[in-house]
Amino acid sequence: MTILVAERISRNFGGIRAIEDLSFALKEGEIVALIGPNGAGKTTLVNLLTGVLRPSSGHVRFQGVDVTAQRPFEAARRGLARTFQIVQPFPRMTVLENVAAAALFGGKQDSVAAATAVAREQLEFTGLTPLADKAASALTLAGRKRLELAKSMAMNPKVLMLDEVNAGLNASEIDGALTLIRKIAERGVTILVIEHLMKVVMSLAQRVLVLHHGQLIAEGSAHEIVRNPRVIEAYLGEKFARRFTLETTNGEAANG
Amino acid sequence: MNAMGYLQTLVNGIVLGALYACLAVGFSLVWGVLNIVNMLHGSIIILGGYITYFAWHSYGIHPLLALPAIAVLMYGLGYLTQLLVINRVVHQPVLTTMTLTFGLDLILYNFMTVYYTATPRRVTLDLGATNIGGIAIPFDRLLGMAFALVLTGMLYLVMRRSRVGRAIVAVRMDSAAAALMGIKVNRIYAITFGIGTLMAGATGVIFAMVYPVTTNLTGTYLGKAFVICVIGGLGSVQGALVGGIVLGIIESFAGQFFGPLHAMTVGFLLMLVLLVVKPTGLTGIKGYE
Amino acid sequence: MDRRLQYILFAVWVLALASTPLWGSNYVVRLAVVIAMFTALTLSWNFIGGFAGYPSFSTAAFFGLGSYVGAISERAGIPMVVAWGLATLFTGAFAAALGAIILRLKGHYFAIGSIAVVEVMRLIISGWGSLTGGGDGLNLPIISGGPNVVTRIFLLVMTILMIVTFLITVYVDRSRLGFGLRCIQQNEDAANMAGVNITLYKVIAYTLSALFCGTVGAAYASWTGYIDPTDSFSIIMTIKVPVMCLLGGPGTVLGPVLGTAAFTLLEEVFWANFLDYNRAILGVVIVILIFFLPGGLLGLSYRNVTAGIAKLLRRPKAAT
Repeated sequence: MTILVAERISRNFGGIRAIEDLSFALKEGEIVALIGPNGAGKTTLVNLLTGVLRPSSGHVRFQGVDVTAQRPFEAARRGLARTFQIVQPFPRMTVLENVAAAALFGGKQDSVAAATAVAREQLEFTGLTPLADKAASALTLAGRKRLELAKSMAMNPKVLMLDEVNAGLNASEIDGALTLIRKIAERGVTILVIEHLMKVVMSLAQRVLVLHHGQLIAEGSAHEIVRNPRVIEAYLGEKFARRFTLETTNGEAANG
Repeated sequence: MNAMGYLQTLVNGIVLGALYACLAVGFSLVWGVLNIVNMLHGSIIILGGYITYFAWHSYGIHPLLALPAIAVLMYGLGYLTQLLVINRVVHQPVLTTMTLTFGLDLILYNFMTVYYTATPRRVTLDLGATNIGGIAIPFDRLLGMAFALVLTGMLYLVMRRSRVGRAIVAVRMDSAAAALMGIKVNRIYAITFGIGTLMAGATGVIFAMVYPVTTNLTGTYLGKAFVICVIGGLGSVQGALVGGIVLGIIESFAGQFFGPLHAMTVGFLLMLVLLVVKPTGLTGIKGYE
Repeated sequence: MDRRLQYILFAVWVLALASTPLWGSNYVVRLAVVIAMFTALTLSWNFIGGFAGYPSFSTAAFFGLGSYVGAISERAGIPMVVAWGLATLFTGAFAAALGAIILRLKGHYFAIGSIAVVEVMRLIISGWGSLTGGGDGLNLPIISGGPNVVTRIFLLVMTILMIVTFLITVYVDRSRLGFGLRCIQQNEDAANMAGVNITLYKVIAYTLSALFCGTVGAAYASWTGYIDPTDSFSIIMTIKVPVMCLLGGPGTVLGPVLGTAAFTLLEEVFWANFLDYNRAILGVVIVILIFFLPGGLLGLSYRNVTAGIAKLLRRPKAAT
């Protein structure tokens, strides 16, 4: 069941084509990784899918409905949630209030009381209950990333897009984040992760999309795309790509 | 109105525009670099005007001779004000900084009104007018325009060529990075604010030769500074120049067609429209690049 | 501060103001009217400036518009209270339309836009002589009963407006709208992402901030019997109101009430004694407020004040 479709979307900034004629589909319940070198347009793509930017051309469909012209708060209310690379809490509110805000508005709860109850559930789910009454600005980076996740979950999302959720975390924090993401997937949420860390991509993703200069250059399983020559070229450049492919095929030939 | 009349109005506008550019450039600099809207700007112009008037009236000192001294005095005033007062709120939200500078302005305004009274003073130089091909330009305005352009030009050179100027640009672009490069950001802020008040004071001297000096005009000049910054773009000499000349021309024509009272309204309306449509102004330059 | 304590303090204050005809001189009663009036204005400003955090300097635009709509209506024969209702509706509609446009601006640009609106309106009203009497101003029908009776009537009117705006503030503070506005104030983009309809909420806050300024303006016009563009669209008023709110504590329920009371009483003490320097004193009050009372009076604590003094005495930190 396709849940989110990007249909030939493009986005220009003045003369720059940030995203060019891009099409892909997300199936319900899958975990997809979005990778690509810096500047490839990964965050721009997420912005296009969540209403932060409007596509210059093309369509975005969510559960069959055309949502190309949606505004960010509409995307949130529909169940299209996303986190940010640079976390954006409400600094002077407590952790609980932050999540309650997301539940109240994005999660369309009826009252502040109901939203607070939902918030507590999500704090429990993400392991933030001990920090519930701390000001969001007082959290560590790892704590803030968890807060972002808790806020997203409080909106009862159907699709969750995680933008470099592991940036700045140490090894054990990353493992914790991975466990949490798997738990979220178990709840049936479709997940799109933007990632630089291949270990995360390999262990989480069922499918990988590779972006380069705003275009989709490869799509497939993790193992397939690491061998894809266009992907290697995108990351390593043409000269090294050729050498690398040569050495790998020679190595494979040598090993039989 | 015939072609000659249009040309005269246009020339009037350009001459006015040069004066306006000088008026706005210090304000634009402070706003662009410190991100502070200096509500004192209009009052400092008038203060410069009053000092000029009394130097001329009581001691017979010609305004243009008094100009350097007044400029230095105003620079010092601005530098100290920034260092002692404004520096403490420089990174606070708009409401705080605007209200603070407004409060300081109230104090200055009140003291000037009490000390000098609001009676308009004029430095009458009786220079007559020149007539170039049928276009009349009063000499005092021409002189004012010349000095306005010289001052503005000097500021442009300082910003582009001098070490201090480049440091100010650096701070404008990224104060954290500038600090890491060894620039004493607080000192740059004080220098910038000082330059802002210097230009305001100098404008006051020039304006004293052309317009009456009275505290009633402080709000008007401040308003014009806003409008020029929005029209021309913030934080650059080019922006102040473009904005000043555009406003000058608009006011000149609006005054011709609608009367002087409505000339100001047109300026403000244009500002409002631009704020909504293109707040970075006609030059779109966001800083000293 | 405990909610019930806030309500009790407010009720006590209202009683103090409303009872002035029983124990005070005519001067005191007039002062009470002014306090009630400004409290309503400050509570109104609090919606956009306190809750939503947008530095609006538009109060005079709404007050002035209300006063002129009210005056023109009354002169056309419309009964006084109906004229006030018209002024309220007209000002509200104007604010909604204006808000949809200028609330897209942020920070300084919004602040300047909001002041420019005051100036433009003043200039337009001054110029539209046929409708507004231009710079000569407008006279309104005089209310019979003599000045003392009239003042007591308007004490009632302004006190009612003060209570109404307070009740709306209480409601907003506890509602979804208030929560959303606080989110907008702390991080507008995050609020958008969290599902808050930021445009709608900002326009609502702006409209609420204007509605009763219109009513107050119209009532003020009826009270004084004469209005002119300079007094109706006064820059001093448009600055004073946010300052009063900052003094008391923006974004709170009692802050605007406290701030207006403190400011007005202070002003009366100094104004009465130092007529020539009243602007300078206002300026000094503002400077002290900014340095020593960053959270307003409600945010006052021993720590804040000593920190403020310490800041003043030591050299400023390097700016980063």
